[in-house]
This record gives sequence, C-alpha cells and structure tokens, in this order.
Amino acid sequence: MSYSMKKISLEIGKSIPRFDAFAKVTGKEKYASDFWSPDMLWAGVKRAGVPHARIRGIKTDEAISIPGVLSVLTSRDVKGTNRQGVVRKDQPVLADDRVRHCGDPVALVVAKDRETLAMALSAIELDLEPLQAVFDPEKALEQGAPLVHERNLERNLLLKGSLETGKGEAAFEECDETVEAEFRLPHQEHAYLETEAGWAILRDGVLEITASTQSPFRDRYEMAEAIGFDMHRVRIIAPYCGGAFGGKDGITVQSLLGLAALNNPGRPVKMWWSREESILASAKRHPARLYYKLGAKKDGAFHALSARVYFDTGPYDHLGGAVMALGLEHSGGPYRIPNANLKAWSVFTNNPIGGPFRGFGVTQANAAMEQMVDLMAKRVGISPLDIRLKNALRRGDRNPAGVTLTGSTGIGECLKKIPASRLWQERETWKKAAPLYKKRGAGLASAMQGMGYGPLIPDTANAKIELNRDGRFRVFCGVVDMGQGNASTYLQIAGEILNQDMSGVELVLPDTARTLPSGSSSASRTTFTYGNALIKASKILKQRLLEKAADLLMAKGSEEMDIVPGCVRHMPSGKEMPLSALAGILSEAERTSVARYRTPSAKESPASDPLLTLHGIPHIIFSYAAHAAFVEIDTLTGRIEVKCYLAITDCGRILNPQAFEQQIHGGIAQGLGYALCEELKVDHGMILTPDLGTYIIPTSMDLPDMESSAVELHEENGPFGLKGAGEIAVNGPYPAVANAIADACGIRILEGPMTAERVLGALNALQRGEAQ
Amino acid sequence: MKIRFCINGKDLEIETRFDRRVIDLLREDLGLTGPKESCGSGECGSCVVIVDGETRLSCLMLAAQLEGRRVTTIEGISSPEGLHPIQEAFVEHGAVQCGFCTPGMVLTSIDLLSRNSDPTRKEIRDAISGNLCRCTGYQKIVDAVEDFSRKNREDAQT
Repeated sequence: MSYSMKKISLEIGKSIPRFDAFAKVTGKEKYASDFWSPDMLWAGVKRAGVPHARIRGIKTDEAISIPGVLSVLTSRDVKGTNRQGVVRKDQPVLADDRVRHCGDPVALVVAKDRETLAMALSAIELDLEPLQAVFDPEKALEQGAPLVHERNLERNLLLKGSLETGKGEAAFEECDETVEAEFRLPHQEHAYLETEAGWAILRDGVLEITASTQSPFRDRYEMAEAIGFDMHRVRIIAPYCGGAFGGKDGITVQSLLGLAALNNPGRPVKMWWSREESILASAKRHPARLYYKLGAKKDGAFHALSARVYFDTGPYDHLGGAVMALGLEHSGGPYRIPNANLKAWSVFTNNPIGGPFRGFGVTQANAAMEQMVDLMAKRVGISPLDIRLKNALRRGDRNPAGVTLTGSTGIGECLKKIPASRLWQERETWKKAAPLYKKRGAGLASAMQGMGYGPLIPDTANAKIELNRDGRFRVFCGVVDMGQGNASTYLQIAGEILNQDMSGVELVLPDTARTLPSGSSSASRTTFTYGNALIKASKILKQRLLEKAADLLMAKGSEEMDIVPGCVRHMPSGKEMPLSALAGILSEAERTSVARYRTPSAKESPASDPLLTLHGIPHIIFSYAAHAAFVEIDTLTGRIEVKCYLAITDCGRILNPQAFEQQIHGGIAQGLGYALCEELKVDHGMILTPDLGTYIIPTSMDLPDMESSAVELHEENGPFGLKGAGEIAVNGPYPAVANAIADACGIRILEGPMTAERVLGALNALQRGEAQ
Repeated sequence: MKIRFCINGKDLEIETRFDRRVIDLLREDLGLTGPKESCGSGECGSCVVIVDGETRLSCLMLAAQLEGRRVTTIEGISSPEGLHPIQEAFVEHGAVQCGFCTPGMVLTSIDLLSRNSDPTRKEIRDAISGNLCRCTGYQKIVDAVEDFSRKNREDAQT
C-alpha cells in the first residue's frame, strides 16, 4: 500500500487521515521553535525566584558589559501599559515595582547566542525586599491577609459568582438523604511537548512575530498595547503548535519578543523557554477546593445541591475569572436538580499562575460532583448507573445553572450505551478474578462541556476561501490548529461542499496579515464556529462558480451545473470547464469568498450579576459523555492501574471519526494523568517539581487501551450537526477513577492526584477503622 | 574540532566545538529541525536519532561522540518518492496530532521493529515508553506500529 494524499476523498463522516500528518511525520513541518537564521539573536528572561517581593533595584551593568550582549531591558524600557491580560490587564511584561510569583519576569536580555545569554542572565543581580505572601486561597480572602495587588479593595478576590435556582439551600429540608464531602485538586501542568517559543523581527516598520500561540489576533492588540507599538504595524503568524491545551491561549513569549525586536531592529530574535522555565512561568490548571452537599429523595431523585468552589488563580487574572465562571456553571453536572445554591471564587495568591486548560474549570467541578453522585447512589441504595439515568438531563429541562436546554442533550443516550459494552457487562466476573493482594473496581462518571465564549463576548469566525489560478481551493484558516486537527477538518468541510479530494484543497495557517480574525483556538469552538463560517463561504463561492461557468458554457442556468473534482460540469451535455480555466477568467474578487458566523447564545440569563455574564455564563450548547474506568489496586503498595477505559460521547455528528477519536483518547489520557500522577508540588510558592523528571505525565506504560464511541445526535446549529469534542473527554477520568477505587476497596481519596501513597494511606486508615 | 560522520547517508566533515550538543548541531548547524527538543534532560524522547542502528537521545550527546558514526534523523527516513511504510502507518492510523513527539516515535518504532519483527502491544508500549506524547494517549501509535509489523510479516510471507 502506498499512501498518497492525492487519493484521499474528503467526505463528511468519513475517517480521513489528517492533512497535517504528512509533513509532521517526515519532520518537515516547521513549528515556531524551528525557525532559525544565522544572524539570529537570542532573547531570555531573568525571573523573580521568590513569590512576593518589592523590587528595590536591578543591577544590569555587569550583564550589559559582556561581549555579545545587545540589550538588557527592564520595565523602564517598556513604552506601553506594561500590562497584559485577556479580561483584566494585570500581568506585567516586565515586573515594575513588585514580583508576585516566582516566575515573574524582571529583566529581558538579548544576546548573540544562547551561551552569552545564559551568562548575562546570571550576571543580573536583583535587589528584592521580601513581602509577606499568601498561598492559601481561602485564607487569602480573610481580613488581614497580605494583598497580592495592593489596590485590590476586595482582599485578593478576582471574581466571585453565585447562582441560585428553586429554593436554593432551603430545599435540603425537603430531602430524605444528604451527602457531603470536600475535595482538593492540585495544579495541573499542560506539559505540551513544544515549550513556549517564537521569533520576531522589526523590518520596514512592521513588527512580525511568529509564535506558538492559540490566539494570534487577540495577541496582536494585547501585545501592541502592552509594549506601546501601533497594532496595525504588528503581524502575528501562528504555525501549528506542538501542543497547547489552553496553555498558549494568551501571551507567553509574544510581548517579550516584541520588546526584544523593537530594541534590535532588522535582526531576527528568537525565544524558546526551557522545560524548567516553562514549568516555572506558564499558567496551569487552577488548583481547587470544593465543598459539596447533595440532597435527594428516597428514590434517588436529586432535589438540592450546594457547592462552594475556590479556584486559586495565582497572581494574575489570565482568564481565571472566566475559568471560575465556567466551573460554576457546570458545578451541578448534567442532572436535573430543581434547587441549587452554587458559589465560586477566583482568588489571587502568590502561587504559580492559574489559567485555561482543556476543560476550563469544568474538570475540577466535575471531579467533585460525579463523586457526590456515587456517594448518593450508595446512600439511597441504587446503582451508580441507575441514579445517573434517573437524574440525567433531557432536552427541554433546565440544567442546574437554570438554563433551558433547547439543543441536543445526549447524556441519557450516552449512559444508556454503557450496559451495551462487554467491559461493563462482565465487570463483576472481572472483579472477582483479581489476583492475590489486588482488588478491582469499576467506576462511572458523566460529563458535560459548554461550547463557545458565552453570551456577551461575540463568538464569531470569519472564513475565507479562494479558488487559486491552478484550480485548487485555498482555505484561509482563521483559528489556530494547536494539534487537534481542526485545520484538516476545515479542508474536509470545503472539500465536501466543493466536491474536491485532498489534492484539490490547500491551507493558509493563521496569520494576522493573511487570514481573517476568527477568535481563539479554545472553548470547544474551533470547528463549530469557523466550520459554520466556512460552510457559508464555500457555498457562496460554489454558487458563484456555477453561475460563471453556466454563463461561459452558455447553459440555461447554474442549476444545470455542478462541481466535480477539478472542474465544473454542465450536467445535461457533460461539457466540462476545468477549475483552473475558470479561475483564469475570474478576477481575484470573484474567486474569493468570505463569510461570518456567530455562535448562538442563551436568551435566559440565570446570573443577576453582569460580571458573570461578561465572564461567559450561560452557555446554550453542550457536549456530553459517559465514562467508565476499570481499575486494579495493589493493596500492598497502593499502586493503581487503569486496566481499561470506556468513553461514550455526545458531541453531535462526527465529521471525521479518526479525528474525533484522537480528541477523546487525548482528553482521557490527560484526565488519567490528572487523576493518578500529575501533581505540581508547590511549597510557599516554590515549585518542587521543576521538570519532566519530577512532574510525571503518563507514558505509554501508564495508560490502558481505550474504547470510544459516539451517540451522534444531530445538533441543529452545528456544522453538519457537530458539537465541540476537544474538551469533553478530560472531565470524566478523575471521578471515574475515584469511583472505581471506591468500588474496589471502599476508600475515597479526597485530595488529588490519587497516588499510590494516598491510596495506601487510605487503605491503612480503613484497616485501622478510622473514619473516611 | 573537526568531526567526520555520516548523516542520513551523506558523509560530512564539519568544524564544531567538541562539546556542542548533538541536538543543536543537527537543528542549528545542519538545519535538520525534525529532531525536537522538549525537556533537554533525556526524559521525553523528542530528540531521538538513530546512531549506528540504535536510538540515542541527541540532547544528551556531544558532537565529539559522533566521530565516525552513522546518524539517521527523521529526515533520512522517507525517500523523495514517498513515506517510509511506518510513516504511512502513523498517518493512516491517526497516530499524529500535534506532531512534536512524532519524529522520535517513528525512529523508536523503527528501532523496535529492527530488533523484533512481531512485537506484542505490550512490547510496543514498552519500547515507546521513553517517548512522551501529550496528545494521543499512545493507543493509535501502538495501533500503527502493530499494524505495520503485521503487514510487514504478511509481505515477507508472500
């Protein structure tokens, strides 16, 4: 078999190899970290190293005197606002008066090579006056807590939110059974294999930055304002990312590179963080503390829910308010709960920065809620599957946040498919067959994930497609492909509508000078939003080509014409006009089509607080999933092995089964890492797991084979009926594993990750008869 | 110092510092950016190259160690006519997502298959356990290697 992309037809619903895989598998694809030129300079950053301090002085004379050092820059050299951020602009490009976490950048060095750069960075002396710091998100809200931002009137509060439905807390009096629990979840590092990277050059008055980013269009104005440069003279180019998962949604190297290039005109400047620098300075999944109380009637019908969730956002906003809001909105899970009192806080501390990470706050809330469901199932004496089926949301219901579900709502369908799996059917036999000193258990979890930016921030995409002179269609991809394959799906969409195979289409990756603004690669929106815009643009172009060809072939009208691979055909006569010939006749304007799409938002507004609306509450389109984990626990060592994993997903119609499954597998893998081994250890703001030798992500030996299927309900707003698939799978593994551990040996680990050490501790406590 | 080695089938003599990391020599001096750097400390396998038939981590090797050796990077695997069959298997099975681990994974798979033409899934997982991937959950990579070795054996039989 010889594989040629030319032969690959692009039909919706067909498993199609990804377009980008060809260049990636040969090593030819150029990532932001792969750019290189002989006259290139290197930029690097001196970081704080302490969690909270006033900057008394920065001694740079020695560094600047080293031969080969071109610039040593501090906040005084930043001409703009020196503040970055997506919502609240509170993060300095270079720290001015204070440092607020260990990874804060204080000075920027540009040097001729990496060796000189390293020497210069170590020659910079920081004179820092330590300040009292705060590391506990709940204590940070108490009176007298040290302030991370001195002008914050609300004691380290970034944002709080509250949603109440029905009788709220008062409804617990009407419950027959109530269960309560508290959970603690750690930071999770994105650990994308390509650390933050890019290069910049100022030439002919234009600042051009190529960066590994999820959000080139937003970066452009954010960075331009922060460093004081005309946004219209900034061009951002976004190649495929070597992974991002939310960690490159916002500025990483962009402003620093911009500053470095402005100070060294005409020279390319590169910045590429080491793994240690990436772990030190990058944003992570927010640690959370979750206090839950769930009430139900005797028959297991959920009646009341109270949730209080604290997110530790570290020193800066960095979408921490939006993450909190999405977590809050999803804190009741995909269930009918008529009375709810839900509260969440996003709190400043001097810990590492919290930020967007696949799941975006939902992962934390779901880890708690799905364990509550199992606790209640046990209490009322029905099975974990039955209690979920009984309470699962149906189309037309209001969800726990108070929003009426008018779109496809497939959680029930997903759950109903669980018993059809052999893994599930044979679980009792499998459990009984556990080897000596091992115990086996099966655990379930439901999950949901809202799509898009929410009601206020317009969730729009602008698609552009052009018929090239060579007769191929060029899709101008407005949303970054950070590895999830959306760019390839765009080609599939264009190919479907314009009836072309893979040889008839090509891509332009996001570039603020060439493609149109279409938002960030995030929020399970990339294929939904841009895909819808591209469908429109492709249809407009198709109609125009049919009309033009009809005129040229003197047909009665465009209804007699159709597009086939490579040409337009007059169906009654079979006469054909090659697309290249047609393109040659048309002007550029005629060969190009653009269209805009805006994702619908909820008409209800359950939150009375306008700030919550601003931060994204509520959503109207949700993906759903039901997961099952099958675990084996070594009772002598506490080691947990996930033996098999099952995921059933409702993310609407599947455009490319292979690309869909990739997303599900990847989400499960990161979720299992979160559940079992990934723990960023932070002590007094200092990271004790600074590299991939100490921060452990799953290897091929740590993950099971996964079984994934879809229920494929049709979402009427979705492109060909699709809903987002990028995030949903990460929300299931933590609670599914926790519930499986409880099923296996009757213990519940309330602090994550659920390491062998914690499991063994809980097993020992159980043996000693200590309360759980 | 002057070092002589063979890179992707071509003999080469270059002037470089003896302690230059091989990953930098490949990426910066020779423009071979297929090998990636992700951890710089031998944890992730992104920088894997094949040296005299065995996988090596180029971030932990120094230029002097290349003297007289045969080095193959991902760029030396495919031919102008098309992909190496293992690369085809990676593409076909969806084993590539962000692609940053892919060059290392492909070379590690080739190394495994040169020693074991009929690996079990467990053996494949064992072989690639030094190559981190953050996107795929590894299953499709295992599928690709398994399928490739099966087809390879079938071809050998016919």
